Amino acid sequence: MIRSITQQKSEEEIDQLLSGLGRIFVIGCGTCVTLTHTGGRTEVNVMKEHLANKGKLITGDLVLPVACDNMTAEALNEHGQQIDQADALLIMTCAFGVQTIAKQLKKLVVPALDTLFIGKETALGQFDEVCAQCGTCILGETGGICPVTSCHKGLVNGPCGGTNDGKCEIDNAKDCAWTLIYNRLNELGRLDGMRKLQKPRNHQGEPSPGKFIL
Amino acid sequence: MSSSFKDALKSGKFVITSEVAPPKGTNLEKMAHHVELLKDKVDAMNVTDHQSSVMRFPSLGGALLVKEMGGEPILQMTCRDRNRMALEADLLFASSRGINNVLCLTGDSIVLGDHKEAKSVFDVDSSQLLATIRLMEKGKDMGGNNLDGAVSFCAGAIVTPEANPIEPQLIKFEKKIEAGAEFIQTQAVYDLDNFKRFMEYARGFPAKILAGVILLTSAPMARFMNKNVAGVSVPQSLIDEMASAPKGGALAKGIEIAGRMIKQIWEEKMCDGVHIMAIGKEELVPEIIEMSGIFPALKTQD
Ligand code: SF4
Ligand code: SF4
Repeated sequence: MIRSITQQKSEEEIDQLLSGLGRIFVIGCGTCVTLTHTGGRTEVNVMKEHLANKGKLITGDLVLPVACDNMTAEALNEHGQQIDQADALLIMTCAFGVQTIAKQLKKLVVPALDTLFIGKETALGQFDEVCAQCGTCILGETGGICPVTSCHKGLVNGPCGGTNDGKCEIDNAKDCAWTLIYNRLNELGRLDGMRKLQKPRNHQGEPSPGKFIL
Repeated sequence: MSSSFKDALKSGKFVITSEVAPPKGTNLEKMAHHVELLKDKVDAMNVTDHQSSVMRFPSLGGALLVKEMGGEPILQMTCRDRNRMALEADLLFASSRGINNVLCLTGDSIVLGDHKEAKSVFDVDSSQLLATIRLMEKGKDMGGNNLDGAVSFCAGAIVTPEANPIEPQLIKFEKKIEAGAEFIQTQAVYDLDNFKRFMEYARGFPAKILAGVILLTSAPMARFMNKNVAGVSVPQSLIDEMASAPKGGALAKGIEIAGRMIKQIWEEKMCDGVHIMAIGKEELVPEIIEMSGIFPALKTQD
């Protein structure tokens, strides 16, 4: 399942975003941010305590099952009054959730998290970005490993000179995509694919903002 | 186009290139001093392009300075900071001003430099940039439009003969030559037996190869490169030799080693020339060349 991978903003940034706002309603989500421990029930409780210690009044809180879906009428009815009383909603969901809630509630929203990427849990507690939704998929040429996403520079013709022992020049905790692609194509007996000089990519497959109408 | 560098490559003589780095700021004095020292000693000098992702005076401006001073510049161009339109435009400008040699590089990552929050581009890569040059020589741009006045360049690229794993690197090397690289400057090589093995392979391709020589300045610097510079491996014997230098004599030892390596590469005709990198100590390059003992011989070759 694809997941929205988030990281909590720094305490200073959150404090600054909330400065001058006394009454806060906190919203978390039961899906991706619960998995990454950034906006589930536990983190919402910790945040409430933190804000209370800073002198904020918490008008209420809510952990939505799936914050990127529209809020149900029941949830709204149950918490409507507490939401009304708040100066701002501190939202501990990914940015999809923040935008969905902002549209529905017409209240000032303050994100508590940064949304890093759309990824996959590739090992217990490890999340990797695998697709950046570029609009012109080239996985057919690379053995199913995405260089647009997995290579730091998005290179499509093989490794840069910075690759070292199969790791990326920016961080030796990150694999060099082109070592992975080489190994995969080698296994498949398809190295010819890597020898082919690829044309520059089309970066305007779907000029942003993306829109799709059925 | 008249590229004296291209002529040198074609002549079959042993070619020597070096590099100069544009300043961080507008004070061109030091760079001009290096150009002055080097212009009659080397066949061409690379002008680096925001090397290590550190913002500096542009390589295009630096290459113009070399040209104005009577030197032969090799314009380094990375794909990190410019999209295809900006790269093409700079190629047009370079060509119009008699800058006739280009070294196409992918470029280091932004996050390794001094503007860590900047947007990186990589719209094209080094092999695509080479192909773009060949396309523009035919009078076309990447949008498929006609140019009013085509370009003409001696174009090259780099390779890391000691990369690990080596196979993906060699595939890229072959693609660069297929895309149009006429010359290849290598990352620093220190183990010349390894380099000879690489050359046995590389000789099969229609590109001139210049072996990279980086001046060792101290034993710790050599260890630092081993640890931090991808594809550079200084053998323990050379580190020991650096460490054996008397106090204050490390640099002289480094010059001696570089000179000795160049001499061996030249005498054994390992490849077509050398590219000497003295990173920040460009004023020592003439001394390195002198130490190699090949300069009088080269002069008579001219
Ligand atoms: S090329 Fe990569 S980023 Fe683009 S759609 Fe395919 S997997 Fe996603
Ligand atoms: S080291 Fe590998 S993954 Fe990192 S930028 Fe270079 S080619 Fe891409």
